[in-house]
Amino acid sequence: MSLWARHAIFEKNSIALVIGILIVIAIGGLVEIVPLFYLKNTIEKVDGVRPYTPLELAGRNIYVREGCYLCHSQMIRPLRDEVERYGHYSLAAESMYDKPFQWGSKRTGPDLARVGGKYSDTWHQDHMRDPRSVVPGSVMPNYSWLAETDLDFRHIAQDLKVQALLGVPYSADMIAKATVDVATQATTDSPDATDLAKRYPKVNARDFDGNPARITEADALIAYLQMLGTQVDFKLYDDKANIR
Amino acid sequence: MANAPQKTMTIGEGGSALAFAALALLSIVVAAKAFTPEFAFHAYLFTAASIAAVFAVINRYYERPAETPLTIDGKPNYNMGPVKFASVAAVFWGIAGFTVGLYIALELAFPVLNFDLPWITFGRLRPLHTSAVIFAFGGNVLIATSLYVVQRTCRARLVGEIAPWFVVLGYNFFIVIAGTGYLLGITQSKEYAEPEWYADLFLTVIWVVYFLVYLGTIMRRTEPHIYVANWFYLAFIITIAVLHLGNNASVPLSLFSPKSYIVWSGVQDAMVQWWYGHNAVGFFLTAGFLAMMYYFIPKRADRPVYSYRLSIIHFWSLIFLYIWAGPHHLHYTALPDWAQTLGMTFSIMLWMPSWGGMINGIMTLSGAWDKLRTDPVLRMMVVSVAFYGMSTFEGPMMSVKIVNSLSHYTDWTIGHVHSGALGWVGYISFGALYCLIPWLWNRPLYSLKLVNWHFWISTIGIVLYISAMWVSGILQGLMWRAYTSLGFLEYSFVETVEAMHPFYVIRALGGLLFLTGALLMAWNLWKTVNTAVSAEPASFRLAPAE
Repeated sequence: MSLWARHAIFEKNSIALVIGILIVIAIGGLVEIVPLFYLKNTIEKVDGVRPYTPLELAGRNIYVREGCYLCHSQMIRPLRDEVERYGHYSLAAESMYDKPFQWGSKRTGPDLARVGGKYSDTWHQDHMRDPRSVVPGSVMPNYSWLAETDLDFRHIAQDLKVQALLGVPYSADMIAKATVDVATQATTDSPDATDLAKRYPKVNARDFDGNPARITEADALIAYLQMLGTQVDFKLYDDKANIR
Repeated sequence: MANAPQKTMTIGEGGSALAFAALALLSIVVAAKAFTPEFAFHAYLFTAASIAAVFAVINRYYERPAETPLTIDGKPNYNMGPVKFASVAAVFWGIAGFTVGLYIALELAFPVLNFDLPWITFGRLRPLHTSAVIFAFGGNVLIATSLYVVQRTCRARLVGEIAPWFVVLGYNFFIVIAGTGYLLGITQSKEYAEPEWYADLFLTVIWVVYFLVYLGTIMRRTEPHIYVANWFYLAFIITIAVLHLGNNASVPLSLFSPKSYIVWSGVQDAMVQWWYGHNAVGFFLTAGFLAMMYYFIPKRADRPVYSYRLSIIHFWSLIFLYIWAGPHHLHYTALPDWAQTLGMTFSIMLWMPSWGGMINGIMTLSGAWDKLRTDPVLRMMVVSVAFYGMSTFEGPMMSVKIVNSLSHYTDWTIGHVHSGALGWVGYISFGALYCLIPWLWNRPLYSLKLVNWHFWISTIGIVLYISAMWVSGILQGLMWRAYTSLGFLEYSFVETVEAMHPFYVIRALGGLLFLTGALLMAWNLWKTVNTAVSAEPASFRLAPAE
């Protein structure tokens, strides 16, 4: 019987066809995905990488909500012009607590993987309100309502709890203090800032949106942007340690 | 009638009425305790839809005859109601999706159009556009044609009476939930899988029922062989189910919150996302539409498929190779090199089955080439296969790492996607609708002349669109990496943005032409359904290729 005739089993038996399809489509995905959970260079731990503070996480959720990833990548490739334009190429470890990842696929605007600390809070406030006031050629929409909308962080502890369940190292202490930590981080010279920094090293704690009276969505988003790409100290990072 | 069979409520009717009643109760509770007003709005939509479904099921019980015969006078008693609904929905969502696409194209050219309103900013409308064209337009075309083709090629009535309607109506309700969610800022930010956990769960139920209806109908077939189009539809349904479950694995904050967190993170999440994302292209936008190619082109041309053996090779090699191609979306990222190289290698290999399929589709016209001149519907479908060949050559080329280092993150990718989406998916769908709607309503197509206009206006639109994006993409990629003679980067980022403006205007013009063509189609199909006579003299008219 020729091979072609043997194909009749799939044409005459629908269950055989279904099983055949399942086997054929399973192979590629398994080979490419499963090793990523075991290989050293995809699960390496790098000094300085810590989970997001509750305020940064709230800001990240606004970044997700507004679809920022549709125009801004967060992944610097190891190419000469990108490293010179944006900074050190991105490490896998730098997005290890990102649920979901925000690497993006299009740069209508510039990469944001290391935007933290590049601009002042005031610049970000102006840029969110009216991007063309600071970058005349920009095509970004105005996000003026962010500074006028109070941040809803009533359930932020629940966010941390779910992330902890999924493997992000949030301690019981961090979860218990999540709501307080939002307010602490959004206040300039808060007495609790030292305590906050113990839980989240190198944390920026100040009023980010220029309005100390309120904690707004702009506070959260700018806090998130100002920490992006600042966790790893590349003077100390040994890029040969995980060479493949 | 004295000896008519006793009418009894079936398990399906009773069970689904109870299930919908339970869903209505649950969603009222969720609405009352929802964390955000947006989520409460969605919960109320679920309540209203479930109550309507209970009434529809009960009403149907009273209206229907005691028994639905599987055959009438020896011919299958086809169930075309759900097919009709899905094909009308496809036209509606197509127009909606193209319009949103045109609007966001204009937003990029003229940012003032964002109007400081949260729900119409580019970031919220862009997923609305992609989902509307891929899942609402494409999805309804897929559901309509698959439920039509499976019945005709198996010579059997669809399995279930409520189930096919649940698939069609439920799927369109899912689209409403997903679309309004984007506008209100409910998204999990995974490209082409943006809907949140509750919409994903609902879609899972619909998809399982869709699979069972489809498979059940194949099992009920009176033909010995399963026709090739059904292999492709089946692979599309199964693989999308697997991808959907893998990529949307998430844990919600609470039953009362729309927000969830994905179980994967960082590099693993990126790989899972593009395993999903590229195979949404491979199986949703390719395998399912290839099934249309394998049914509607032979039917319309009245010729058999060119090569049976080629279709076997085409099928198995396409579905095997496609799954590997995802990592080409992650070249030079933190994904390990070996995975990137695998993705690139398989993407290049994928060129072969893609072109094998293209040859099989185009060569089906052997002996009927003259119809290209006289039948604009067939011409549309053949040109669609030609676009398929073009974008499946461009894709492997762009997956080569060195090419990708230039093209990635630029408009070149957008141009590539649209040569596939407008040219291939769009045209094969339009062709299928131009065939399907006259067949379903048993009327001649209102005007072939309008089809001809649709074809030419859209084709000019596509050419403007993709060539504008080629130029802007390559230009921006080169500007990003340009150095001065002193070794400094030559352009600031915003200078490269400003250089895009003219191309964004041309792109919007191309989109406008494509939308105009689709509006002509909607008018033509509307007149087809609502007038029994054709606009053209009988001699000009083609007999339906049934």
